[in-house]
Amino acid sequence: MTELDEHAAVRRLIDRFGFGAKPGALAKAQDAGFATTLDAVLAPGTDPGAQATPVPELGPEPEKPSKKQPDPQAKKRAKQELKKQSAAITEWWLDRMAATDAPLVERMTWFWHGHFATSNQKVRSARLMLAQNETFRRLGRGDFGALAHAMIVDPALLVWLDGQKNKVGAANENLGREFMELFSLGIGNYSETDVREASRALTGWLVDRDAGKARLVPRRHDTKDKTVLGHTGNLDASSFVDILVAHPASPRFIAGRLWARLVSATPPPPDVLNRLVAAYGPGHDITALLRAIASEPAFKDSATTLVKQPVEWLVGLLRGLGLRPSQLPEKTKLRVLAGLRGMGQIPFLPPSVGGWPSAASWLTTAAGLARVQTARLLTEASKVPDGTDADAAARLLGVDKWSDRTRAALAKVSGKDLVAVAAASPEYVVSG
Amino acid sequence: MDRLTRRRFLTLTGVTAAGALAVGATQVNWDDLLTAAQTDPLDPSAGVLVVVTLYGGNDGLNTLIPASNPAYQNARHDLAYQPNEVLDLGEGLGLNPGMKGMAGLWHDQKLAVVRGVGYPKPDHSHFRSMAIWQTGSPDTQAKTGWLGRWLDETGDDPLRALSVEPVLPPLLAGEKTAGASLPNGGLHLPTGKFGEAVRALGAASPDELPDQARAAKSIADLYEAAKVLNGASSPDDPDSEDDQERQNGASAGGRGALGAQLDLVAGLVEAGVPTRAYSVSLGGFDTHADERGTQQRLLTELDAAVTPFVQRMRRTDRGKNVVVLVYSEFGRRVAANASEGTDHGTAGTMFLAGERVRGGFHGEEPSLTDLDNGDLKETTDFRSVYGTLIEKVLGSDAGPVLPGYRDRLDSVLV
Repeated sequence: MTELDEHAAVRRLIDRFGFGAKPGALAKAQDAGFATTLDAVLAPGTDPGAQATPVPELGPEPEKPSKKQPDPQAKKRAKQELKKQSAAITEWWLDRMAATDAPLVERMTWFWHGHFATSNQKVRSARLMLAQNETFRRLGRGDFGALAHAMIVDPALLVWLDGQKNKVGAANENLGREFMELFSLGIGNYSETDVREASRALTGWLVDRDAGKARLVPRRHDTKDKTVLGHTGNLDASSFVDILVAHPASPRFIAGRLWARLVSATPPPPDVLNRLVAAYGPGHDITALLRAIASEPAFKDSATTLVKQPVEWLVGLLRGLGLRPSQLPEKTKLRVLAGLRGMGQIPFLPPSVGGWPSAASWLTTAAGLARVQTARLLTEASKVPDGTDADAAARLLGVDKWSDRTRAALAKVSGKDLVAVAAASPEYVVSG
Repeated sequence: MDRLTRRRFLTLTGVTAAGALAVGATQVNWDDLLTAAQTDPLDPSAGVLVVVTLYGGNDGLNTLIPASNPAYQNARHDLAYQPNEVLDLGEGLGLNPGMKGMAGLWHDQKLAVVRGVGYPKPDHSHFRSMAIWQTGSPDTQAKTGWLGRWLDETGDDPLRALSVEPVLPPLLAGEKTAGASLPNGGLHLPTGKFGEAVRALGAASPDELPDQARAAKSIADLYEAAKVLNGASSPDDPDSEDDQERQNGASAGGRGALGAQLDLVAGLVEAGVPTRAYSVSLGGFDTHADERGTQQRLLTELDAAVTPFVQRMRRTDRGKNVVVLVYSEFGRRVAANASEGTDHGTAGTMFLAGERVRGGFHGEEPSLTDLDNGDLKETTDFRSVYGTLIEKVLGSDAGPVLPGYRDRLDSVLV
């Protein structure tokens, strides 16, 4: 293993625990050093960037057209309103990620969105998606148990995984199964009987879309005894989550998922995993786990590269260029979103409950072109000076060093075009 | 085939005479497609059809091989595969050894093999027979393609059918509407100094870590995909021209680089481009001489393109609704000719692949002894498959698309 030097390690920390630096911020952090930067990243102070990008007021839930008296006009209006609200939250979140001065908060919100992957395609409510997003932001760096308790009755997640259809005598296993398999334990750590019993524990929840709240309807809830993972009793959503969070497989699973998204697609070796789990501890402390991850030697191994997800790539570029989507001309904004779609990732629309793919699956030809085009749209809209050269682009984007190949490519262009080419380069698309 | 001959091919099919191509073919570019994906995305539950045309007349008997049948061995001599060479599917039939991936799809129940596919009174001309398949009309000289008529019947947005080839194939030509094609330059790659610089990013760099090497490769691949769209690739590309064996059966046209074409289709489907029918192709199957090596290489290319495409499609909601159809204008003679090849024949093997496909055999295997003048007797009319695809995948009434033809082969889909 080759260890990154201090400068490169700080750069990696800012990439992985955030989305890359705003102009000038990287050099300052590198002067401060890795340990000081890590403390600052893990305990963010006030966030002027967040204050400048307040959570949008969406207004009421689009009127639900009556099924008894179908009104095509009303249906169309509701559809348009939903589209408008959905576009608003997507634009807002990208803005927030680009603007924040507490990047770990957004990075972890983004991580949990991919973990409890919920798609607005089925939820069809920007308000519920936004509420879930706020929950990730509020609870995403503390006790995992608190987050899991919030998620098991999260309205958007209930709609997404058919929690509302789960009632006594007619269990729906979607939520119970995915909660164990994808959200808390990992496959192989529970039986099919556990899935069936867990689903009974989760019966009875309904979502009030207008209020944006879920509530337990006692007559729909199964009050008989259930046995989940060896625990028997009149289990409900809350006691089910208690069982999961206390299960020995859970800390290892959560640590592994974070590792995969923040460090490397190669899973951590057992000794590393043991240290991470020890840090996470009985308090299920996500921030302590993050500190342990950053403190592992592997975190500074030059070989632990990570392919940036398209949103991470885009946000990093926005930050480097000092741009926010909301400030772009309408047409450019639409094309940037089209670019994200072309790269295969739109916030609030993960492809399945398993979340987005990782690693090399992002490196397709189609995505490559969308990336080049998007990079050019953004550099055109930026204030990058004309004479910008390869070294200046490396500082702007936070790239340690260009390969000879990329240096040769960059020699063909300058200014905005140079930064666009640099943003499409392997050194930037992959976080070194 | 150079462009002049390709154009002549299109003329010879008789479809261009309708003028539909001249007036109707819409050229679109990458931006148009991605903007459409943004403003009017494909409904994730909508069926998508990907038509793979094998130009030249693929030898069905050496694709789905009755290796243990003495009549096959007698008829094919040195051209015959032995039972231990083929990928056994049961019922005495096995796939060509080049089709390992598709054999895997078979075992996953995602590959339907339709046997003895043809049409009444088979025509042995490439161009006529291909016109019959593409117009879906064996009886009359129709002036429109079968998917072109589907377009005519269901609206006027040309983006609903897309050819990932520089020239629109006749099957997408309707009377009023024709499918769109990504034309020369359609990929809209950056040009000038900027384009040169982007392209230079695709070069491999020594000591690069694997992820970064893959990122560079994806840019190199992009330029490969651009070649497909820009018509600069394959048959008239010096690189593939050098591959003599690959080019052996190229006389009846069609393109190479099927993998790159399907890669592009996969990206378009995943991006939510509102296209319901895609046309891609692979050429070179006119194996009159030294067939074995050439055909096996082509089938390997087909396999290496279709298998990852189907696997990739299975991973997304939109992709799960994609059905791939693979066909050729005819099979070949049962008996080998004297130059280790085969001549134009009749019924052939058709493949359907995808999550919605019912894997297994469909249609009866034609007899190798009860022949029609040395040719297989067709047991399944291709129009029955078309009808099913129009109705069950594209969700439209097949009546106006296949006038007077009512049989369906609904069993091929789940």
